[in-house]
Amino acid sequence: MSVLASVSITVNGQVVQALVEPRTSLADFLRNDLGLTGTHLGCEMGVCGACLVLLEDRAVHACLMYAVQAHGLGVETIEGLSERRAIADLQQAFHERNALQCGFCTPGVLVTAYELLSNGACPSRAEIRDALSGNYCRCTGYEAIVDAIGQVARGRAKVPNTPAGCKIGSDTDETVS
Amino acid sequence: MSLSPHKPDSPNALIGRSVARPNAKRLLAGRGRYVTDIQLPRMLHAAFVRSPYAHANIVSIDTSCAATMRGVCLVATGEDLAKLCKPWVGTLDHFAGMKSPPQLPLAVGKVVWAGQAVVAVVAGTRAQAEDAIEHVAIEFEELEPVIDIDAARAIDATLINPDLGSNVAFHAKIESGNVEDAFRDAAAVIEKAYLFGRHTAVTLEPRAIIADYDPTEERLTVHHSTQTPYQFQDLYSRHYGLREARVRVVAPDVGGSFGMKLHVYHEDMAVVGLSIMSGRPVKFVADRIESFVSDIHARDHRIKARIAVEADGIIRGMDVDDVTAVGPFSTYPRTSVVEGNQVVRLIGAPYRFRNYRANLDVVFQNKVQTSQYRAVGHPIAFAVTEALVDSAARKLGIDPFEMRRRNIVTQDMYPYTSPTGYKFERLSHEACLDKLHALMDYPRLRREQAEFRRRGIHRGIGIAMFVEITNPSPAFYGVGGARISAQDGAVVKVTPSGEVHCLISVGEHGQGTETIVGQIIAEQLGIPMDAVRVFTGDTDITPHGGANWACRGAGIGGETALQAGRALKRNLLAVAAIILQARLEDLDMRDGEVVDAATGIPRISLAEIARICYFRSDTLPRDVTPQLSVAHHYSPKGYPFAFTNGVQACHVEVDVETGFVKILKVWVVEDCGRIINPMLVEEQVRGGVVQGLGAAFFEECLYSDNGQLRNGSLADYLVPMAGEMPDIEIAHVETPTLDTELGAKGCGEAGTAAASAAAMNAVNDAIAPLGVSVSQIPMTPQRLLRVLGYA
Repeated sequence: MSVLASVSITVNGQVVQALVEPRTSLADFLRNDLGLTGTHLGCEMGVCGACLVLLEDRAVHACLMYAVQAHGLGVETIEGLSERRAIADLQQAFHERNALQCGFCTPGVLVTAYELLSNGACPSRAEIRDALSGNYCRCTGYEAIVDAIGQVARGRAKVPNTPAGCKIGSDTDETVS
Repeated sequence: MSLSPHKPDSPNALIGRSVARPNAKRLLAGRGRYVTDIQLPRMLHAAFVRSPYAHANIVSIDTSCAATMRGVCLVATGEDLAKLCKPWVGTLDHFAGMKSPPQLPLAVGKVVWAGQAVVAVVAGTRAQAEDAIEHVAIEFEELEPVIDIDAARAIDATLINPDLGSNVAFHAKIESGNVEDAFRDAAAVIEKAYLFGRHTAVTLEPRAIIADYDPTEERLTVHHSTQTPYQFQDLYSRHYGLREARVRVVAPDVGGSFGMKLHVYHEDMAVVGLSIMSGRPVKFVADRIESFVSDIHARDHRIKARIAVEADGIIRGMDVDDVTAVGPFSTYPRTSVVEGNQVVRLIGAPYRFRNYRANLDVVFQNKVQTSQYRAVGHPIAFAVTEALVDSAARKLGIDPFEMRRRNIVTQDMYPYTSPTGYKFERLSHEACLDKLHALMDYPRLRREQAEFRRRGIHRGIGIAMFVEITNPSPAFYGVGGARISAQDGAVVKVTPSGEVHCLISVGEHGQGTETIVGQIIAEQLGIPMDAVRVFTGDTDITPHGGANWACRGAGIGGETALQAGRALKRNLLAVAAIILQARLEDLDMRDGEVVDAATGIPRISLAEIARICYFRSDTLPRDVTPQLSVAHHYSPKGYPFAFTNGVQACHVEVDVETGFVKILKVWVVEDCGRIINPMLVEEQVRGGVVQGLGAAFFEECLYSDNGQLRNGSLADYLVPMAGEMPDIEIAHVETPTLDTELGAKGCGEAGTAAASAAAMNAVNDAIAPLGVSVSQIPMTPQRLLRVLGYA
């Protein structure tokens, strides 16, 4: 374990060069070596979504990657997304709708939401719930998160905030057809 | 959204408004500071060698190899830590006759559950510590594990704690009225056995602790992901023989707690000792498997219950036998018998029948300890009660709403004492039932259900009433000898620019404590919310208090803030009256100004008062020393608990060929008294409901016959995820408690209290036409198929 590997990773737009143990996960590298503690660890097996970061603008589990695997690539964390104001509308909607409680899952949820909405999509409630299927939140019960993401999707698409506006309706078929 | 009758349009009004949480912004930016994030200079990391056996003697331990490994600073055994740490016993005096053995941080002599920490390794990094634990050699001699409830109580059972003479930790009996007569003449009797599996809290941030002992000052600082820093200040001080004033416990951002993060855990106690031994900060963060095998579990009840009813549906009585298995000992310092005690005391609570009998047996077994987790006992009590009530209604052909209306405790009956001795100041069952009926459009749902059934689709509607214990007085723990406070304290102080700091003993874990405290203080002082800064969770700076358990933050912490704010306001008006040469009673505070109370005309700003008091006290009369900081404590003195109430409804569709259940919708009407922040209350209820739905459909800690936890990972233990969860519609009834000026009761457990009850009733309503029913949670597809005769 004493052999260190040299890595060069662009983290939040800045090139970082470091020597790491090959077994160091990307999540541990970000958290412990770079102090980017907004990336959280909840299960360390790629299930809970707390460690989601962007690798070349795609959401990946930082707990399932070694830091050396990110060599030569670009990583963006919740800190980077916040500072370049890429998710300011999501953060505001989450704040106003109280779409977080303890906040431990929140950075990962925001990464999922960022990716979900990145192609201009305007997903239905069911589609938002489906997209969140890899984000475990023990506090909120998810509804406020779905509300907040839906509101931002409609806002970005400049669709009126009505249920008819953007396929945003009830998840459930409540009526007899 | 506000339903508050608390004059929301009056000047300063903030109580009753859906204010967004100021402290949520940094969490949204990834700037939270959880214990897991904290690194201290020269900090070491602990990892633990754990028992692979549920029950075994420790024959020998060899740590010599591990001690020489790279980065390792310290290896400690149970004997090493026993020299420093006084043992603890998880009993309380008010649970007469209860038994539990002494406990120590690490196993000494034998292990009693698979996953118990045996040896600690402390190294420069967690990875190095984990490398070294592979090289600790422990020889075990396996003993017969006690895994099953009946086996634990058998005459020839292996004893987990031979010194106690049996595997029974506690026994209690309740008898009220005449149960035999009630059942003898009943028009109908329903009798059923109900099973409730073990589940656990699964906070997304696992347990985390950093103990930092400074031998030069004999001072211990513990950063701890906990709900109850004051309780742990007391415990670390007493068990390690440290001066209490030199023990500081800090709870920074806490990544979920739900009752799980207020119990004594062996690793946490060990980490304090390891820091004392090494003289350096030592950190331990449980990984997910460690959380599953060492966090408290909850529930694990087997209940046989029967109900006797008249032909018109009036309940004559209930008779209950609850056996619950808790682990190899009772948890410290709150015990493992509170859940069972609350189950047998809450069963039947919404209803007015008087004949009630309950038997409770709490037994030890070789699994991880169980103790209080969100809604302690309530989900089980109301699942049983409401299943029995629905079964009786079905048998008698009475609609579930009507059945409940005929039996609830009504407005003319308060104050009311239940057959189990709980005192209800005033509940609102009628209003809640009526509101729910309208909210869910019950007649329409029934019409739809009939139509779907004709097409072979099995939809079900379940309703479940609940009462919830909140605002606990010392009757909960203090009377039993626990040093767990039922009061809270606040310090409110004015800054020189006229802003306000509030340091308060209730804590923040995302539920919004700091926000509601800010709302309350700002309203009392007539200042904007953003002029108030609230501090929580640090025993060195916040007054001693109970912090967060049993839904007490809003009701007790909120009242503390209200009274503290009013005391500061009196002081400010007193000095303002002197400066203005006015009469105190003619003045008020609004919009950051002292105003003429009658006209609202500003007279002097709070900032100007502060400036004069702090920098030009020479301009005040000689005998005037303004008090711009106030310390104030409040403890509940009226009813032992402020009970809340409500009713939930669950709408499901059961696929009778696969056993899968789609949860279509949940409705909740709840009454938590004065609502301080409707949005935060509703989000507490939603989160609580989803935890209850998890228990109802997914979550169970599965053990093998030899006591191995079989599903200790987030891939194997199913938690509710966004895709399976429904939207949850919420409405409120407000019945403020008259015990406080604020009138608030708790709301954090209401959602969990009856969600699984409503879900089980809904599933049973869906499958009732098939002549079958389910009486076990979680209601997994496999179990439903078995009930349906397919498996």
